Amino acid sequence: MIDKKTIEHIAKLARLHVSDQEAEEYSTQLAKALGHFEQISKINTAGLEPLITPTEIEAYWREDEVKQSFTAEDMTANAPSRAGNLFKVPPVV
Amino acid sequence: MDLTFASISEIADAVKNKSVSAKEVAQHFQTRIETLDRKLNSFTSINPNSLSDAAEIDARIAKGEDVGPMAGVPFGIKEMLCTKGIRTTAGSKILENFIPPYDATVVARLKKAGVVVLGKLNQDEFAMGSSNETSFHGSVKNPWNLECVPGGSSGGSAAAQAARLVAGTIGTDTGGSIRQPASFCGIVGVKPTYGRVSRYGIIAYASSLDQAGPMVSSVKDAALTLEVISGFDENDSTTTQKQVPAWSKSLKSDIKGLKIGIKKENMAGSLHPDVQKTVEKSIETLKQMGAEIVEVSVPLTEMAVPVYYLVAASEASSNLARYDGVKYGYRADFKNLSAIELDEFYGKTRGEGFGAEVKRRIMLGTYCLSSGYYDAYYNKAGQVRRLITNQYLEAFKKCDVILSPVTTAPAFKLGERIDDPLEMYLNDIFTTSTNLAGLPGMSVPFGLSQDGLPIGIQLTACHFEEQKMLDVAFALESASSVKGKHPHVV
Repeated sequence: MIDKKTIEHIAKLARLHVSDQEAEEYSTQLAKALGHFEQISKINTAGLEPLITPTEIEAYWREDEVKQSFTAEDMTANAPSRAGNLFKVPPVV
Repeated sequence: MDLTFASISEIADAVKNKSVSAKEVAQHFQTRIETLDRKLNSFTSINPNSLSDAAEIDARIAKGEDVGPMAGVPFGIKEMLCTKGIRTTAGSKILENFIPPYDATVVARLKKAGVVVLGKLNQDEFAMGSSNETSFHGSVKNPWNLECVPGGSSGGSAAAQAARLVAGTIGTDTGGSIRQPASFCGIVGVKPTYGRVSRYGIIAYASSLDQAGPMVSSVKDAALTLEVISGFDENDSTTTQKQVPAWSKSLKSDIKGLKIGIKKENMAGSLHPDVQKTVEKSIETLKQMGAEIVEVSVPLTEMAVPVYYLVAASEASSNLARYDGVKYGYRADFKNLSAIELDEFYGKTRGEGFGAEVKRRIMLGTYCLSSGYYDAYYNKAGQVRRLITNQYLEAFKKCDVILSPVTTAPAFKLGERIDDPLEMYLNDIFTTSTNLAGLPGMSVPFGLSQDGLPIGIQLTACHFEEQKMLDVAFALESASSVKGKHPHVV
């Protein structure tokens, strides 16, 4: 079991509201999954660099030039709320 | 020509020599979607401009322009890929009304090759699922048996292709999401080497694992589509600058002397007898064709599921932080509040916008990355990931292509596994290690279960060795029991 306090802490870090019922479900489900996943702790990985990107990234140079980009209208078109070309949000202070 | 079952190059040739117009082709498949997709639920949005897009191809051909190798070929695109002007939701309420202002590189390249996009294809929410049951748009049905799942996460792509609602589809594969539904629906699905195909404009799930690839009806169509979408993209720094081989032209079924590796670990699990038989038959077939069968070992395969879920959930928790209700996507209703806490704004929006499986993985990933757990989970998983990759590289010193099952069993029933997340995760035992190591992998249909469900064979090659894998698939395809058979929905 991962206790309710931990679930609440994680949900807060993730900026994610979870209902009481969800919190209860997650505490058993996550504990079960992590319990299974913990078997990797037995593997000896001393001194190994973690693998992040599986194929080699080839660095390259490019010209630093201005290119056609999106318009402000394009970028704000999907906003849930907007004022002209500005994103509108509820007052937070 | 029967358009429904024509290959990609047959359609393109016919359009180019004007024996059929691109518009007629688009119309033909649009009618199929309208009549058949009510049973399948594979499409989530239809491109309202597909007929005029097709007419434009016809006009260019009339003017004598070279419109590309896929002239007038109708495609469906998974909801993970941005399509300019066509709603793209990633199967999630949080992107319910999102209309991208640009095309993903994959889509742009398909269009440049002459493809006409007919619409967007259903999937598990944010590609998190193996059954297409986590989609905000509802489950997709398997065209071979409407009571079964099509697999996931690219379940809409697999179902639409199997029912021939389009001539080709694109899926994405983070832990098996192209190969598993391809196997369940009897089509060919290819996950390219990590870095072969640009991720620009593909909604991010786990960036170090995600790759897009073709989900089509034949190995030849797969090779051609892969050729069109592959290659360096300055908008994705992880794409390789290696040249894209002419896979479709080099395709050959002569596999004499090729070494096929069989993992010792494959048979250790409890395979469904029909899957077991199909795998054995595929090995026997390749042997008769002159391939050499060698035993290889990737012992840490059994750790692939834990490592995959730790890495993928961690990356997802970070990638999905962008859905904050400000710039695009769903926002919770705050009309009645004059001043609110910012965290309240984010938390409520995200809590209402994401579905259960996505929230579960965000929680899992956040936990793994949080102070005190990072070393034991995320970092440790990265280290084991290196070991798994090293074991694969050793195995590929002894063989050209590794053959394995795609899944332990054929397509399962809708609702059968959705209540137990861990059981659902364990479905991915044969597919996830390929993504962890960044290798190319594919599923080619080869057998049918006693219940008449397709069973695919998984082929995996070393980094950037797609040709060898496609050749073996081409050979297997010629002896496949699924060849020429179609689901009853068609």
